[in-house]
Amino acid sequence: MLGWELPPHHAGGMGIACYQMCKELSSRGIDIEFILPYTADFSIPFMKVTPSSGLSATEVMNLGGVYDSEYFAGQGLGKQFSSHHDYFARQVAKLASSAEFDIIHAHDWLTFLAGMEAKRVSGKPLILHVHATQFDQSAGGSGNPIVREIEQQALLMADHVYAVSQYTKNVIVREYGLLPEKVTVVHNAMEVTYEELEVDASNAYKYLVEMKKRGYKVVVNAGRKTIQKGLTHLLDAAELVVRQQPKTLFLLVGGGEQEEELMEYAAEKGISENVLFVGWLNGTGKHWRDSFKIADVFIMPSVSEPFGLVALEAVGYGAPVIVSHQSGVAEVLQNCYKVDFWDKEKMADQILSLVEYESMRDEMWQNAYQEYKNISWGKSAEIMHNTYSQHTGVSS
Amino acid sequence: MSKKAVVLYLHAHQPWRVKPYSAFDMGVDHFYFNDESDGLDTNNKFIIDKVSEKSYLPTNAVLKDLLLKYPDFKVSLSITGTLIEQLEAWRPDVLKSFQEIVATGKVEIVAETYYHSLAFFYSRAEFVRQVAAHAQKIRDVFGVSPTAFRNTELSYNNELAKWADEAGYKAIITEGWDPILGWRSPNYVYKPVQTHNIKLLMKNYKLSDDVAFRFSDKNWSSWPLSAPTFSHWMSESLHADNGDIVNLFMDYETFGEHQWADTGIFDFLRSLPHEWTSNGGTFKTITQAAEAYEPADEVDIHHTVTWADTERDLTAWTGNAMQQDFMHSLFSIESEVMQCDDVSIVADWRKLTTSDHPYYMCTKWFNDGDVHAYFSPYTSPYDAFTYSMNALRDLKLRLLWSQEGRNN
Repeated sequence: MLGWELPPHHAGGMGIACYQMCKELSSRGIDIEFILPYTADFSIPFMKVTPSSGLSATEVMNLGGVYDSEYFAGQGLGKQFSSHHDYFARQVAKLASSAEFDIIHAHDWLTFLAGMEAKRVSGKPLILHVHATQFDQSAGGSGNPIVREIEQQALLMADHVYAVSQYTKNVIVREYGLLPEKVTVVHNAMEVTYEELEVDASNAYKYLVEMKKRGYKVVVNAGRKTIQKGLTHLLDAAELVVRQQPKTLFLLVGGGEQEEELMEYAAEKGISENVLFVGWLNGTGKHWRDSFKIADVFIMPSVSEPFGLVALEAVGYGAPVIVSHQSGVAEVLQNCYKVDFWDKEKMADQILSLVEYESMRDEMWQNAYQEYKNISWGKSAEIMHNTYSQHTGVSS
Repeated sequence: MSKKAVVLYLHAHQPWRVKPYSAFDMGVDHFYFNDESDGLDTNNKFIIDKVSEKSYLPTNAVLKDLLLKYPDFKVSLSITGTLIEQLEAWRPDVLKSFQEIVATGKVEIVAETYYHSLAFFYSRAEFVRQVAAHAQKIRDVFGVSPTAFRNTELSYNNELAKWADEAGYKAIITEGWDPILGWRSPNYVYKPVQTHNIKLLMKNYKLSDDVAFRFSDKNWSSWPLSAPTFSHWMSESLHADNGDIVNLFMDYETFGEHQWADTGIFDFLRSLPHEWTSNGGTFKTITQAAEAYEPADEVDIHHTVTWADTERDLTAWTGNAMQQDFMHSLFSIESEVMQCDDVSIVADWRKLTTSDHPYYMCTKWFNDGDVHAYFSPYTSPYDAFTYSMNALRDLKLRLLWSQEGRNN
């Protein structure tokens, strides 16, 4: 298995997804060696983690991750980033020429070149796992042409492709010209956590706790602040909501190149006081969890979201959710509001009905939580296991 | 016929800077202005110490010598309430050095808002309260009552002049900006339209900026500037339009802080009175100039002018949406704050009215790393906005608690 990150040394949701799916695959008797571009301490009992370079996790994350395609192969840092990417591919090829294995499973574009190299030297089948494409990251544009080229080549060369949602499969078929038969949908899931769901006094957002006592409701979004996430549309809706119900506060967690633009956008609408920007938070820390627990509503209005694990995480922590139709999670979660990312009136309506009707909010969440508990990696691992068998002729 | 006079006016101010105040501080930590981090520019005590050593103490020492040595030498000074408070807290020695120069009887203290705010443009009532608070503080600390007025950032319009006239001030000052002056020269005393007694003095920005901005610029054709040369320029300027006064208005911190000691700025200041008076010139304070000279003309200024940036307007403080939204949120709770019986809420609200807070949010030339960036303690205008807005949110929560009658 080829990946760019694993928790706790990870920057985004992809590392968590890799970890959880490997755990499930391994429990089904699959022997996994996970090759990473950095050296770090892991205590992972269910698979072998192999570093391919002496760099530390921080050093590699500083060079860039799957979300940083924009400057890949550009000047300065972009050049170092692409040279480490090339180095990873060479090291993987070396490992692949001597190791014994049956199949190559590579996650997202940063490992695609390595996957192709490994296939070339070993002759083993290559499966690509697509968590996000350049089409998504540029919100429907073409993205970085060099990265797009890597994706295109690899997708054509791969023996099989996993897409994290039907939505993503459609993108791959439409934008990259693959035959639908070559692409299998493998939905992400979220390990169920048994946390205290009630907002407690120790919640890090003391201000929001106090405001909620006074009848305020909190609408939360968490994720990178980039064009892909559709947040200007959320602010358009927020303006309508605040006009109708001034006691609505919006909490925007996460940094990114669009954060400053969004601050100005909220100010232009005169709703700065209702919109709180928190910046980056560690995805495994208490502040991150408290962001979901404080939520009366979680909203993910992405323009193009291959899956959107964060919405499931929100349900896990007790929030009803609104997701865009343009997301993968909308395929697996039924008890939620769905809206087109551009439809600010409808989005505002949905937010208002959730903040104003507690009964409705509770009902929606209760049902979503039941769904959430049933969405497991089990089903997805079974699908992957079957494809492995088809391509290797081995049925373990 | 009176002698030709230089009106040297220096403005001393430090805000209560908001510390990096996050969303997780709101509701928990109700102190916004108490950063004690080592070497951070949001550490107010650190700044006060730095500016005291570099500017206030050495400048006051030079001024004191000059005031005692030259009978003709006089200075006008404005010092904000927020600076006096910080000197009282941390540098009583520096406050004493200000008191000493005022005690010479040759330093005029100019009235302004206690909090260096733009309240005039948002709430006349609060503006009047802040001017009164400043006058009281000046009486308490210096034992004098101001007779000349300056509004924050030398902001000015006809309405302000009418107010100052009715309030009994003898003089008011602003920027001598060409589009307003038209054919006029800043080297005269003027009368604002629709006023009765008050006189208007306008900054000679060319000569003022030679000292305040260009003094240390090695690419400037006149570098290095000497006192004899500058004195000669002032004579030339007055000769050219047969003017009465040269209004040199600048930040107090020009001496030693904006222009460091090694640029020779203190030697320049030390030599200037001799050069000017030996050529037959004199010095006057703002009020003395207003009383000595007849107005050359009436001046009509509808649109607000300030001494900032090339636009000379308020856009450095209220030009972008974040600044406007912040100011709107701030003043929207004024009446509730005034009715609140918790004095710390009132004081903190007023500290947030200081114009420096929206100034730090200015994005006009953020990318050029210009003067705005130099004067900001934050990495970006967006940080400035986030911290100030968070502080304001917490203040509103305290207001709610106070209205509900519970302490926290």
